[in-house]
Amino acid sequence: MRMDVPSNAPEHCPGTQSESAGKVSACQGCPNQSVCASGQAQHPDPDIEIIKKTLASIKHKILILSGKGGVGKSALTGMLAFGLAADPQRNYVDENLAVISVGFLLGSPDDAVIWRGPKKNGMIKQFLRDVDWGDTEYLLIDTPPGTSDEHLSIVQYLLPAGLDGAIIITTPQEVALLDVRKEINFCHKVNLPILGVVENMSTFVCPKCHKGSEIFPAFTGGAEKMTQEMGIPFLGRIPLDPIIGKMCDEGRSFLIQHPDSLASKAALSIIEKIQNACNPGKVMGESG
Amino acid sequence: MLEGVKHVIVILSGKGGVGKSTISCQLALCLKAQGFKVGILDVDLCGPSIPYLLGLEGQSIHQCSQGWVPVYPNEDQNLAVMSIGFLLQSRDDPVVWRGPKKNAMIKQFLADVFWGDLDYLLIDTPPGTSDEHITVMENIRQVHCDGAILVTTPQAVAVGDVRREATFCKKAGIPILGVIENMSGFTCPHCKECTNIFSMDGGKQLAKIAQVPFLGSVPINPEISGKEGGSIGFVDAFQSSSLFPIIHSISCKLTQSAPSKSDTV
Repeated sequence: MRMDVPSNAPEHCPGTQSESAGKVSACQGCPNQSVCASGQAQHPDPDIEIIKKTLASIKHKILILSGKGGVGKSALTGMLAFGLAADPQRNYVDENLAVISVGFLLGSPDDAVIWRGPKKNGMIKQFLRDVDWGDTEYLLIDTPPGTSDEHLSIVQYLLPAGLDGAIIITTPQEVALLDVRKEINFCHKVNLPILGVVENMSTFVCPKCHKGSEIFPAFTGGAEKMTQEMGIPFLGRIPLDPIIGKMCDEGRSFLIQHPDSLASKAALSIIEKIQNACNPGKVMGESG
Repeated sequence: MLEGVKHVIVILSGKGGVGKSTISCQLALCLKAQGFKVGILDVDLCGPSIPYLLGLEGQSIHQCSQGWVPVYPNEDQNLAVMSIGFLLQSRDDPVVWRGPKKNAMIKQFLADVFWGDLDYLLIDTPPGTSDEHITVMENIRQVHCDGAILVTTPQAVAVGDVRREATFCKKAGIPILGVIENMSGFTCPHCKECTNIFSMDGGKQLAKIAQVPFLGSVPINPEISGKEGGSIGFVDAFQSSSLFPIIHSISCKLTQSAPSKSDTV
């Protein structure tokens, strides 16, 4: 996968870092041709160095990905954040947690961000370059579904600064796995390590009769079988608990409010696995 | 562009995984059952779901002198489908494209597919308000679009995203035909208790806030997530499921309210 093809480049762009940049027939008419031909483009983006410095105080950087939308990327990102912030003292969660989102920059709930790729990339770069995180243990980066501008930009800017890897979220049904396999292959293409896959909304337990039902049935074996087939780690499954959605809507932490629920226990075990994956030397016998 | 197409409807949602593609397929099947000729154009390039949902994976696109021939699931050719899924070598291949390449592909889908005569073309979109959406809106403005259907799930986090999509429609000058609330409630198969897993009434509230019609609520039905061995069962399972009459009433609302393109031009 070429990371050095500008968004306004023609289809057969050889890549700005290539020897033939600006010199092949596909470069005719490309707005970047003269820059490429002069050799200036072969210098790496200076912002990547700045991002590297800015993020040097952050120990672990994790991307939360899924090819599919609505599988719980943001909900789980929030849950992981609360869980990681609580550890090890299980205290002072709110002071341990810092958040940046374009949502804070919008004036009203109806404001739409109607941007094409380049503008989104600029915003992402600004988030990475200009936010002062201070000393931070974990930076979780929540992403939209897909394999497009946001994902390419994040990986392009962050791989040089050091990324621990990606956590991939899915739901059990094939129509989600179909998109998630694409996301996993995207990670392989851009050399992004995968920390593991979490299956969300696995089983729904009826609050009245306490029997389980599969809302999104895993007719093709669900996430666990997929991870076996693709040779990547499976981190666990989180049941579908309607209270999670309710807590999200109210902006409260499900983990703190409902620590004894099955979903909280599952999430805590997943958080532990993620911590182990990020600190491979610290825990013995947990890897592989 | 889209010369033989009478009605164009765009299926939108700011939120992913709310059932845009499922609702698109179900609406298409209902419109077909009403006797219309229907097309589905899937412009979700990174996550095309339509071929899987209609059991059409592995089919490919052919070229004729008038352009690309869409895929027809039935011999009667009353349902035509176009998706990037038909152009991928493997179902696991990612489409790692930035905006301009996606835009070029969508323009080609809109300009070069030989749909023939269609009563309805449903355009299924990815979540968001970015390249794909801007490109679709810019291009279909020339052909008269009936409007957009907003799909949401009931919880606030989805409704919040779909409100932004409504703003997008207003800015793009595309009328909103209405809101469909999907995954409204789940009836426990063991005790018949109905739980509102993803909260309730978010779609109605959204319709009220955006001052657009509320088209209906569609409950969760795990049967239609696809049967073992693929999704071939989707079409049959849907026709005989409890969802069919619900979607049918929504599609009737659409066909009654929509003036034909030939009437207005």
